Amino acid sequence: MSEAVATQPYNEEVVRQFTIATVFWGVIGFLVGVVIALQLAFPVLNLGLEWTTFGRLRPVHTSAVIFAFGGNALFATSLYVVQRTCRATLWGGPATASFLFWGYQAFIVLAASGYVLGVTQSKEYAEPEWYVDLWLTIVWVVYLFVFVGTIMRRKEPHIYVANWFYLAYIITIAMLHLVNNMALPVSFFGTKSYILWSGVQDALTQWWYGHNAVGFFLTAGFLGMMYYFVPKQAERPVYSYRLSIVHFWSLIFLYIWAGPHHLHYTALPDWAQTLGMTFSVMLWMPSWGGMINGIMTLSGAWDKLRTDPILRMLVASIAFYGMSTFEGPMMSIKPVNALSHYTDWTIGHVHSGALGWVAFISFGAVYYLVPKLWKRERLYSIRMVSYHFWISTIGIVLYITAMWVGGITQGLMWRAYDELGFLQYSFAETVEAMHPYYVIRALGGVLFLLGSFVMVYNLIRTARGDLRDEAPYVSPTAAQAAPAE
Amino acid sequence: MFSHEKIETNVILMSVLTLLTVSIGGLVEIVPLYTIESTIERVKGMRPYTPLELMGRNIYIREGCYLCHSQMVRPFRDEVERYGHYSLAAESMYDHPFQWGSKRTGPDLARVGGKYSHEWHAAHMTDPRSVVPESIMPAYPFLREHALDADDIAEHLKTNKAIGVPYSDDMISNAADDIVNQADPENGDPDALQERYPKAAIGDFDGDPARVTELDALIAYLQVLGTLVEFGELTAEDLRQ
Amino acid sequence: MDGFYEFIRSLWLLWLMAVFIGIVVWAFWPKRKRELEAHGQIPLRDDDPES
Repeated sequence: MSEAVATQPYNEEVVRQFTIATVFWGVIGFLVGVVIALQLAFPVLNLGLEWTTFGRLRPVHTSAVIFAFGGNALFATSLYVVQRTCRATLWGGPATASFLFWGYQAFIVLAASGYVLGVTQSKEYAEPEWYVDLWLTIVWVVYLFVFVGTIMRRKEPHIYVANWFYLAYIITIAMLHLVNNMALPVSFFGTKSYILWSGVQDALTQWWYGHNAVGFFLTAGFLGMMYYFVPKQAERPVYSYRLSIVHFWSLIFLYIWAGPHHLHYTALPDWAQTLGMTFSVMLWMPSWGGMINGIMTLSGAWDKLRTDPILRMLVASIAFYGMSTFEGPMMSIKPVNALSHYTDWTIGHVHSGALGWVAFISFGAVYYLVPKLWKRERLYSIRMVSYHFWISTIGIVLYITAMWVGGITQGLMWRAYDELGFLQYSFAETVEAMHPYYVIRALGGVLFLLGSFVMVYNLIRTARGDLRDEAPYVSPTAAQAAPAE
Repeated sequence: MFSHEKIETNVILMSVLTLLTVSIGGLVEIVPLYTIESTIERVKGMRPYTPLELMGRNIYIREGCYLCHSQMVRPFRDEVERYGHYSLAAESMYDHPFQWGSKRTGPDLARVGGKYSHEWHAAHMTDPRSVVPESIMPAYPFLREHALDADDIAEHLKTNKAIGVPYSDDMISNAADDIVNQADPENGDPDALQERYPKAAIGDFDGDPARVTELDALIAYLQVLGTLVEFGELTAEDLRQ
Repeated sequence: MDGFYEFIRSLWLLWLMAVFIGIVVWAFWPKRKRELEAHGQIPLRDDDPES
């Protein structure tokens, strides 16, 4: 491996492939999300067929948006950022990179096709069966080698903060994946396996994995994205590099402990519940440390928000990150959780983080990357980014508010007593009460999906090199503020 | 200017420190659950699933029922009144994996065993809205048509035994017969099954005594949920974790 | 013996707080400010070797 590294250009082919896969799986994941949301509002849409029921399509949705959309976004950006901030090309050359891409797409297809046929471990966000888990382990080890190898051959002496977060995400997901998926197949030629852990121990192992899949896949990895794309888009260094050191170490230490807040008031021993709650509340601090570091990077460049909708999307994503990482610690306080657990409020919280933070920062990164990767001067249309921003933001707001109102209604109805001291509502009545909120939520999902169509069109035209003749984008407020320019 | 060796250690050092930092939380929280004896309550009555119940549970997993139904009654007045005694860790000790669930789009099922008749379940699974008009549950008419495929049932019991579920050799050797003993008692030996698996629901479940279908298995599983532990003479000390 | 065990366990808390404060102090030490903040420039110094 002694070839002259400096002159060799970066491997952007694999980044292009992963970027296309990100957008492709993103649209599919949002589409399946809209379908299953509509199924909850109108059960006839389950079609009475074995392969189209909510039970089999829900893991397709969650795996598509987390591992396919989120995963490809992390692959694309991590491989791009590590090369740029280390000024070194990818370790292992194009062949290894190509294996990474096609290996990961194979993982996605194996998992999704399994779910539809009923092949699942029934562990949330770890549903793929044992043979898919083994394949992902192979791909992931190669990913770790490529990432660490690239850092090792770097020209830039300092390892930039974004790479810490990407590295922590790769290492921790490996640890979580291996422990949580320990299983014994019934036969090596069949799909069914039984998980090694059982009952209360499996419950905490699952949610130690589940919460930290959010913590390291959907947070640490995307914080790495934030630490690169926000400074680049704002053309300002990160607000406080010293704060990011404290942010990094405290976040990865604290996040791990928070799993038990998924099991409040269950058969999990109280000492573990209280420990999980305490650390979940402490987790608010490093999360907001990251938010402050991200948003304050715009100090001295706030005016860019008027002229750059991509930057507006990135900042909005950090705002949503701040919102959902405040809501999370609040919901992990036991008395609050007593109301929110098992209700749709949890779904509202999940989607404020998923749509608001993960999807929006990925959109921002993709809008930044596509012109660079396809060597175009700029996006086909800047205005369309603003259309996408507003359509999707309204979709998110509809989604979250419907789930807040619906979820809290559910929680209160379950525990309501009438004046004679009997339970006031049967469970079926609470299901009936959810219908309007499920319709509004589905509408929010449709808007979010439409927004992503606007993005796809914009990106395709960008890749082709077209330029839309549109008035230069200056937001209305800016126009009033300085009409004479 | 920089010794490569020093740079090397930085990323390796960073990786090792990260792995150490992220492993503390998990170790401190999960390991004690195995070492502290009192984690599982000292109760009597728990037994492994019968072969038919285990097949039913696999169908419950296959169809993703855990995505809308929880199996965990919390110690709140309204839940205990709506569902029954709060769930114990002991009640899921043989569940590989656990089915506590995280969402109640549908009602909790931890104590649904014996609450509804076999016929109600059969009608409900085939067309939920025929018995619960407000229900948004998908219909599963195909469960009644699919014959139960259980020729490798003994392998399933052996796999469970290998990971700690106390299936006896007697249970494993009679696995295939016990399916018939439970779902088709006239042509089987229900007493032998009852002796091996106390409190198992026995009889025809899906309204079609001629065949053992997936619906038989699923209803057999649902009917046993929450019925095994004897709550009669438990003291607070037994339940302390 | 149990008292000693309790005492040892409480040391964990002190040790972790010491590590945390140590990181904060190291990171925000005034003399180190310029050197650390300079790392923030890395992404902006992105001289494209091939484009």
